[in-house]
Amino acid sequence: MSKNRELLSKIGLRLDGRRADELRRIRCKLGVFTEPDGSAYLEQGLTKILAAVYGPHQVRGNRSKAQHDAAVVNCQFSMAVFSTGERKRRPRGDRKSTEISIHLRQALTAAIKTELYPWSQIDVYVEVLHADGGIYPACVNAATLALIDAGIPLKEYVCACTASLANNDVPMLDISHQEEIIGGPTLTVAALPMSGKIVLMEMSQRFHVDHLQKVLEKALQGCRDIKHILDEAVKSHIQDVGSSTGWANTT
Amino acid sequence: MFTTKSFIKKNKVGNYLKHVREHYIRDDIACGLQECESCFPVESFLSPDHENKCALFEFNHYIILDTNVILDQMDILEESILGNVIILHTVLKEVKHRSLPMYKRLYNIIDNPSRHFYVFINDHHKGTYLQQKEAELVNDYNDRCIRAACSWYINHAPKCRFIFLTDDSANRAKALQENIQSLSVSDYITNLNNNSSLTDKLSRKDYHAKDAAKDVFPNHLTNVELLTGIREGRLLQGTFRASRDNFLEGFVSVDSYEDQIIVQGRAGLNRAVDGDTVALELFREDDWVCPSDIVLEDEGVEDENVDDVISKENELKRETKKKRGAKPTGRVVGIIRRKWRQYCGILQGGIDGVYQLFVPADKSIPKIRVETRQAEFLRTQKLIVTIDSWPKHSRYPHGHFVRALGKIGDQSTENEVILLEHDVPHSQFSEEVLACLPKMPWIITDDDVTKRVDLRHLDICSVDPPGCTDIDDALHCRPIDPEKLEVGVHIADVSHFIRPGTPLDREAASRATTVYLVNNRIDMVPELLSSNLCSLRGGEERFAFSCIWEMDHNANILNVRFHKSIIKSRKAMTYEEAQLIIDDKTKQDSVAESLRNLNKLAKIMKQRRLANGALVLASPEVKIQMDSETMEPLDVEVKKLFETNSMIEEFMLQANISVAEKILEVFPDCAMLRRHPVPPSLNFDPLVKAGRHLGFEIKVDSGKNLAKSLDEAIKKDNPYLNTMFRILATRCMLQAVYFASGAFQKEDYYHYGLAVPLYTHFTSPIRRYADIIVHRLLAVICGSDATYPDLLDKKKTTDLCQNLNYRNRMAQYAGRASIAFNTHLFFKGKLQDEEGYVLYVRKNALQILIPRYGLECTLFLARKGETSNIFEYNEEDQTQKAGDVVLHAFDPVVVRLTLDSNNIQHEKFVLQLVKPVVDNFSVPGIDQTDDNDKKRKSPEPDKKKRKKKKH
Ligand SMILES: [Zn+2]
Repeated sequence: MSKNRELLSKIGLRLDGRRADELRRIRCKLGVFTEPDGSAYLEQGLTKILAAVYGPHQVRGNRSKAQHDAAVVNCQFSMAVFSTGERKRRPRGDRKSTEISIHLRQALTAAIKTELYPWSQIDVYVEVLHADGGIYPACVNAATLALIDAGIPLKEYVCACTASLANNDVPMLDISHQEEIIGGPTLTVAALPMSGKIVLMEMSQRFHVDHLQKVLEKALQGCRDIKHILDEAVKSHIQDVGSSTGWANTT
Repeated sequence: MFTTKSFIKKNKVGNYLKHVREHYIRDDIACGLQECESCFPVESFLSPDHENKCALFEFNHYIILDTNVILDQMDILEESILGNVIILHTVLKEVKHRSLPMYKRLYNIIDNPSRHFYVFINDHHKGTYLQQKEAELVNDYNDRCIRAACSWYINHAPKCRFIFLTDDSANRAKALQENIQSLSVSDYITNLNNNSSLTDKLSRKDYHAKDAAKDVFPNHLTNVELLTGIREGRLLQGTFRASRDNFLEGFVSVDSYEDQIIVQGRAGLNRAVDGDTVALELFREDDWVCPSDIVLEDEGVEDENVDDVISKENELKRETKKKRGAKPTGRVVGIIRRKWRQYCGILQGGIDGVYQLFVPADKSIPKIRVETRQAEFLRTQKLIVTIDSWPKHSRYPHGHFVRALGKIGDQSTENEVILLEHDVPHSQFSEEVLACLPKMPWIITDDDVTKRVDLRHLDICSVDPPGCTDIDDALHCRPIDPEKLEVGVHIADVSHFIRPGTPLDREAASRATTVYLVNNRIDMVPELLSSNLCSLRGGEERFAFSCIWEMDHNANILNVRFHKSIIKSRKAMTYEEAQLIIDDKTKQDSVAESLRNLNKLAKIMKQRRLANGALVLASPEVKIQMDSETMEPLDVEVKKLFETNSMIEEFMLQANISVAEKILEVFPDCAMLRRHPVPPSLNFDPLVKAGRHLGFEIKVDSGKNLAKSLDEAIKKDNPYLNTMFRILATRCMLQAVYFASGAFQKEDYYHYGLAVPLYTHFTSPIRRYADIIVHRLLAVICGSDATYPDLLDKKKTTDLCQNLNYRNRMAQYAGRASIAFNTHLFFKGKLQDEEGYVLYVRKNALQILIPRYGLECTLFLARKGETSNIFEYNEEDQTQKAGDVVLHAFDPVVVRLTLDSNNIQHEKFVLQLVKPVVDNFSVPGIDQTDDNDKKRKSPEPDKKKRKKKKH
């Protein structure tokens, strides 16, 4: 069935009605929990993520991990049993979630000013409530918000986005689960959009070298678009928090 | 930029997984009307200048179509009369889902600016999107969406008028209620001002006969009943194949059954047409029957009368009931998916009035009832007709006339029929394609010279069949030291001219192969390339892709290299010329020497190949000599083979093998290779049986043993017996196919016929697209070209292979059909005695092979449905005995050959036995001195445009 399906119809719309360069709808909220130091909820299309940040605090458990010049970033990724169509118990620490955890740490470490907190640790917990493609980027985006909510100093936003090729020709942004199944290779990029630094890049399959550049540019464009959306969310959050405490009126 | 309203669509698939998908509703979708000022301007072919002139309306209007109109009335839509048509996305999706061919045809119209079609994406438009109601059927939902879009247009553009066309009367009624002007297509078309050509093409789906008419067929179950039946296992789903010989019998292949399931009679077949996917009910085992071996033809002339069918059904029942060995039997209870296409054929004569019977050339398709006002003219023509519907009260399916191909019996008409029936793309190359050709005069630049190895100094020559204009290979051979020879195979560098992704490339990929008909060649690439720039003609400088080996005198390959080159062939020879040069010992020039060396090496290589278990197969290939002026066949003869044929073949095989090894090494995932699967042992049954009856044991457990047993199957008194075995063996084989290396396991790469682990096609890029891909891969390896994405994509390559395999098969069938037609033409009005051999012994007939014409015909020993009182059939030994004459398989016979032209669509040969003499059966031979035979001394063959295939 997937064979006859084009990812991008001749009229230029994708299966869900988006155009090639459009993100899915992103909705997010900071400070959804009181217990952790920072938290955020993020929806990217139907992919729904909860992120919580604890720390910085003293290195717990194995003390030898502690670094004298920087904080240790510890990431834990997990998926809820009800997060996919099929209900399935997903033990923590299986191969896939370990991999995503490591990738998360790589992206976040690049953005956090870890040098400010030697001998300490920052814990980031991300849980997928619903998976509909692009899980890793959504986790990065949610974690960024949670870090901001926790007040941890960042160099800048770290955002991630996927991109792929429609009909082997047109680059398209923010791949949904349906498109992942039908389509070809997917490129995942996590970047610091303001400085344009790429902190993580992954391909699900090989791209032809002729295509890689334009797909990469598309993914970076996606990261910049996401940064704007997150930025708006942060501003309105601060306004909300501020107005309830009377900040907004004092300025 | 985009609206952020998201909707959720739920659907349940398979084991009740909940699928939730996003559905974005947008506010940036335009109506496409030029007059509109409120929408965002987009490219739209809708034009206020186009006029739809329908007598029912005194105003110009836009047309909105329902799905059923597109599915059923495509032949009307393809006529460029209707314009300013709005296609809703809902409709487009439904068409795509229901019929991909229709979708493609529709898109051809949409893409044509002069047709003024526009696609409106109603399902993502915020004004026309509707949510599916709880428990609402998809069809109803779609109809509702379509009507909502119509209403939206009416409100959106009050100055414009819109007409909604649908053949679904329920939908039409609802539309009218909602104040949408709505009509059926036939009402609309018959009131068009310029409708003359259109009415014949109207689909007859809504045709209602007198309700009193008796049902000829049982009801079909509804879709829901079919699906539940299949899910619960009460019904089976399979593909229906009609018998070619018996219009009341067919077979359904069901995945879970090894045997095909028999369906018989009107009630059993129940309006299934060859190729349809049907639902089937299996009978209890006591009701099973045997497949019939009688021939029943539908001789009906008058429409709804079924008496003759009933009598034939009874005959069939008598025939199949009694015997043992019954096979699973069932009846068709419903059609899951129709595979109707367009059919070539003629009108059945002797019917008056507007209703005519169309007789398809394909015997597995039933006659079709059509309505036409030009029957008189159409009776002289070959036609294309398509089926629209098959109501249960009608003995024949209803269809409509699509177009006429030309006068019956004309060469050009018959060629057209052959091409159409085999789905061979044969239109002229488009301007777009021709624009990709190099500009003439074509010259070799200095730049070309630096990029290629200059081999113009070598004595290269080509050897091909006479009259060949698309020469794609040339060879050379020279000693480089006393122990070593350098052998080069130089292949036309077609991929230099055909760049990936260009219209020329896409066209060639779609055509896949050049198709050879007897007096016509359908080129894969335009003639400038095939017969000029790529053709390695004698004395001209050409680009080539060279494969060069160093060999010792025992034909062992010491090393191989590949590179692009410039060559200048010294001479383009025929096989015969090359043979003469080799044999003429007085010739001592370098071309003669290299030919002799090549020949010597080739013999060793062939020996070695055969020792490894390569099969020598035989199928009588014939060549038809045409009169170049009248284009009538002059003679039919078996192709002559020289030693040089085999010499060229050996080196081509070796080049292909060497290239296959190279490309697989570098591209393990996406190399285009060719495999020949090992046939299942069941396939060999006829061969093994034939061997046993004649006292030979044919071992089929491995290719090597098969080759060996075939070599040993020799009988002194019948020199042709061995060839007969080989012909039979050929028929046991499967087709060799192209594949992407990543799609198969390594052990499946094997080429059974050649007994080599790896094979591909490299040597004929002018006439095969696979070779172009292989050239591109190899060019990347040599560093003379770059890759492109599709080349390295396993999936794309696999898809491409599928098309290549399909086209190749069809090209082969088309070539055979063309030879058959011309053989018939040649025999028209002739009476001849010919030598033949018994191929199979059947209950009431002998299958005779006549090698001289490559013909296989049936010699009936008794009339249809009767048993002979002269011949005695022995099923055990597979013999027919009459008095003291015993006929075995492979026995030589002499038969008299005439052509029976009673049925112009299916002319067939009638055989009569001449030798051995059987009293009261055989006929006396025609006097051998009859000068009929000597008169047709063959003149020089037509040298214009013909090329015989090589291996
Ligand atoms: Zn508008």
